[in-house]
Amino acid sequence: MFNFHYRLERYSIRFAIMVVIVASIGGFVEIAPLFTIDETVEPAPDMRVYTPLELAGRNIYIREGCYACHSQMIRSLRDEVERYGPYSLAAESQYDHPMLWGSKRTGPDLARIGGKYSDYWHVVHMNNPRDVVPESVMPSYRWLGRNELDGKDFALHLRAQQKVGVPYTDEMVENAINDLLGQAKPDSDVMEGVLDRYGEATNLRDFDGDPTRVTELDALIAYLQILGRLTDVAHQNPVMKKLGGQE
Amino acid sequence: MVGQLTVNERKLAFIILVLITIFGMVMVITGADSLFMIHGLIFFLSGVGGIFLVISGFFLPPPDADTIHHYYDDPTRAGIILAMVWAVFAMFIGDWVAWLLAYPELTFDAAWASFGRLRPVHTTGIIFGFGGNALIATSFHVVQRTCRARMPDNLSPWIVIFGYNLFCLLAVSGYFLGITQSKEYAEPEWYADIWLVIVWSIYFLLYLRVLARRKEPHIYVANWYYMAFILVVAILHIVNNLAIPISLVHVKSYSAFAGVQDAMTQWWYGHNAVAFFLTAGFLGMLYYFLPKRAGRPIYSYRMSIVGFWGITFFYMWVGSHHLHYTALPTWVQTLGMTFSAMLLIPSWIAAGNALLTLNGAWHKVRDDATLRFMMVAAVFYGLSTFEGSFMAIRPVNALSHYTDWTIGHVHAGALGWVALITFGAIYALVPWLWKQKSMYSPKLVEVHFWLALSGTLIYVFAMWNSGIIQGLMWRTYNESGTLAYSFVQSMVEMHPYYIARAIGGLFFLTGAIVGCYNIWMTARSARLLMTKAEFETPDLGIASGQDIRAGE
Repeated sequence: MFNFHYRLERYSIRFAIMVVIVASIGGFVEIAPLFTIDETVEPAPDMRVYTPLELAGRNIYIREGCYACHSQMIRSLRDEVERYGPYSLAAESQYDHPMLWGSKRTGPDLARIGGKYSDYWHVVHMNNPRDVVPESVMPSYRWLGRNELDGKDFALHLRAQQKVGVPYTDEMVENAINDLLGQAKPDSDVMEGVLDRYGEATNLRDFDGDPTRVTELDALIAYLQILGRLTDVAHQNPVMKKLGGQE
Repeated sequence: MVGQLTVNERKLAFIILVLITIFGMVMVITGADSLFMIHGLIFFLSGVGGIFLVISGFFLPPPDADTIHHYYDDPTRAGIILAMVWAVFAMFIGDWVAWLLAYPELTFDAAWASFGRLRPVHTTGIIFGFGGNALIATSFHVVQRTCRARMPDNLSPWIVIFGYNLFCLLAVSGYFLGITQSKEYAEPEWYADIWLVIVWSIYFLLYLRVLARRKEPHIYVANWYYMAFILVVAILHIVNNLAIPISLVHVKSYSAFAGVQDAMTQWWYGHNAVAFFLTAGFLGMLYYFLPKRAGRPIYSYRMSIVGFWGITFFYMWVGSHHLHYTALPTWVQTLGMTFSAMLLIPSWIAAGNALLTLNGAWHKVRDDATLRFMMVAAVFYGLSTFEGSFMAIRPVNALSHYTDWTIGHVHAGALGWVALITFGAIYALVPWLWKQKSMYSPKLVEVHFWLALSGTLIYVFAMWNSGIIQGLMWRTYNESGTLAYSFVQSMVEMHPYYIARAIGGLFFLTGAIVGCYNIWMTARSARLLMTKAEFETPDLGIASGQDIRAGE
């Protein structure tokens, strides 16, 4: 073995090829099967895609680095299930390009934050977290309510999502800008069609308390309010039911 | 700098810079969003700045014909200075965000100054700015010495340094502006990623070209590690960053992967950024500078081989230990855990090989702070690889994951191992490069050593405490069988440790500033005392490096 190496280390190209081969095996064995084994992602027939407004909110969540302090992945441990709800399933993030499972909980997990607090709570919280949670160390995000949401290119966003495999229909892409604004402007003429395209249960309302404008805060709260609610599959999980998980 | 380029190289540099300028101009003109235009402007200004530099030296007399017989060290000097600049900048940001976790209002009411945007500035600034520049600079030095071969041309190393720092600048300015893919340690967007691939290819080719010119029959072990670093980082970078941009004139892209596959790909990347950026490259540094400084050959050739291939093979399997108990299939988690445990063997072989090399030179460790930097780095490498294997065991991970323990572990590696070996290597290298007998002030090296070591220990102990407390509080039940603590209660407990951590970080930052001053003064006294002739680099052949060739 050492004699073999004594010769190998005299040839730089051969050595480089060896490094590539030896280093490629692990990733290949662990990653490739995740695309081919069907059980990796469980079926979730009731799952819907993000609305344009929610996707815009998700992009703001990414932009502000929220994932650095908040996970979106409830592990299959008793205390996590009791604190945050049914443990996360792969299906729930199957349309997440990229995933936001996170790696650190400086703040709590957000995988099932949707519907837990009111829109108004979120508005106050984003403006100054310490107004509702005095001990919080979260930054204030005051500029989100000040910034008008820029959605003029949103058809391109949905088109790219289509390309990476998210099942947006062409109709959804064509109406992207309409739906983006319509979801946060109830009773306006642009709201029509949002429910047709994304389902009756879609949150259709002004989120940030200012119905005259659609702000970045509207988008972010729309996103937070849908977290954990795109599909019911985690609640229907037979293991969770056997454990008598809450909800 | 330009004076050392041949006339043809000056012309080529000019053409490349004009192309970069035009590319930047096209980005500004066609850009559909303002962020894309700002990054176009950065390309444009870098190109224009470079053009001015080249023109200012364009008509200098061409370099002497015998330059080709001297090692080419100017790019190394530039790389070391850039590494120290990035170090101070990124450590300052790191300490700022550390204080923010204790006092969240310690910032401006502006998006760029919020924790979520500053945090990747810190991580990228340290890993890629400080670490990357140090790796590139030292690799240029080491590969020339251990091959007894000069750089094949004068331009390529400058393209690597310039292009790489342009990438770092795009990355960091992007986070301030809100441009990020959110993939940890792979945040820059698609166009910056493509730019890095181009620069990295030139870097790899340059490395191969020096190796091809070598006068030594064998490739020295430090170069195996540097090569693994260059090659595997390229593979990781390309695969993990596969994405579809929403158009060719927008910054935004969507990752090709989703959900569980994306998580696995990301942590395959993320953990091997640790393995091949923060371990393999720095082991290359260790395997050259530690034996040189100690004046001892590497303890065992066979341990070098086993350590190297063990690290190269095992590391690539362990990324899934970041995803224990998640929606990732259990078989992948188990593979990751198993290989993480096995990884301890090659890691400790590499660390042991370094420490055993010091046999017969321990008195130097006592007297010489530079060598002590390297020795302590090897010890921290051993400790944090043990800790890493331990934390990868599933039930341990149940407690440690998502807590500050992970942050403590990362910093035991990043401060204790990566930064200390880098400072050791830089303190060894700077007097050689600037033709001095020693650093300007060996006392200040000593001061830096103790600041760095105490800062690291304060930091790591604070995070171990806070992480384990956090993990335990989250899973504690009271007598009636319900959770004993709310999340907020666990957060309140963290406060004193967050202050301690920020103080530890301040120690470490102060040490780095002391180091900068010392390096600056060393370089300055070199320029004051030496005439140009004395400043020339040594002839090939009498160079250092031959006393530690591979096979010994």
